Amino acid sequence: MKLFRLTLSLAAVILFSFTAQSCTKEKKVTESQPMTEMSGDGHNHSHNEGMAHSNESKTERKAVSADQQKPDRSKLLVAGYLQLKNALVSDNSKEAAIAADGMVKAFKSFNASGFSSDQQKEITEIIENAQEQVEHIADNADKIKHQREHFEVLSNDMADFVTIVGSDKTLYQTKCPMFNKGKGGIWLSETKEIKNPFYGSKMLTCGSVQKEI
Amino acid sequence: MLVLVIGFVGIQFIPTNLNQSGIIPKEDIIQYYNPPEGISAMLKNSCYDCHSNNTVYPWYNKLQPVSWLLQAHIDKAKEELNFSNFKTYSKRKQKSKLKSIISQIEDNEMPLKGYVLMHQNAKLSDKDKTVLTSWIEKLKDSL
Repeated sequence: MKLFRLTLSLAAVILFSFTAQSCTKEKKVTESQPMTEMSGDGHNHSHNEGMAHSNESKTERKAVSADQQKPDRSKLLVAGYLQLKNALVSDNSKEAAIAADGMVKAFKSFNASGFSSDQQKEITEIIENAQEQVEHIADNADKIKHQREHFEVLSNDMADFVTIVGSDKTLYQTKCPMFNKGKGGIWLSETKEIKNPFYGSKMLTCGSVQKEI
Repeated sequence: MLVLVIGFVGIQFIPTNLNQSGIIPKEDIIQYYNPPEGISAMLKNSCYDCHSNNTVYPWYNKLQPVSWLLQAHIDKAKEELNFSNFKTYSKRKQKSKLKSIISQIEDNEMPLKGYVLMHQNAKLSDKDKTVLTSWIEKLKDSL
């Protein structure tokens, strides 16, 4: 009987350690996005197989070499996104709506000139989707659950966007494994410190940094 | 009172466009992705009146201001999601929309309660919702 009890509690501990791991352990895996080399024969850019680990998307993010990026262009959007993210962290639905509204304007006035036509096509496609997400967030100032659903989609879009356009800030792609019915959801943060926008105060520290963007 | 009656009769003469197309384009979600019979039926009965180019109108649509109200609903719905040209959306957008559809159904936001009240065959039971959202989830993951 004693042995049985011991085995059972051992099993429970092992099981617990697996489940606890996903939320409490902070895996600081920071693989930085590689800078793609400029080939000597005059090609403008080279495609890199992306290291995207987004559960939802099977597409690989095509990295753009640093001197192809135009991080100035994304400044407003990144700032707006972080403002939105922090509002959700604080469970502040109204503030989130305001930040989202700012992003709607910034998306509308985004200037994609100077990027290659492939990149422009991708940018346009991303903006088309991302803009809808922020419109929804802006329109739902008292439905934080709905805002968070759209924020998750937006985060994936922003990660793809920043991969092409660049960002004036270092961003940390962070994953919450529980969101989205256990499929997980990512967000971009200006800090490695974990503050979860999907659950806010209910589960503030759930998540782990996946990589730097 | 007379003013109201005159007003009511007056607005009847204002025409509205009907959201009807007669053709099912190849970009239509059912046409392109070929779901099982049960799924198609649910989409058509519970979603298509607002979210497609082919609305089946009730008799009272002949009256104003009902016609305006319905048109406003349909315009807004199609702008948000139109199953008739679903395949014209980028993959990114398709996935995004499919995600939203699932959460709207699971949160009981869609189909609209008012709509279901007037169209009992649009009602989705819990089992219907599970079947429908499973198929949508599979489709989303396959894209």
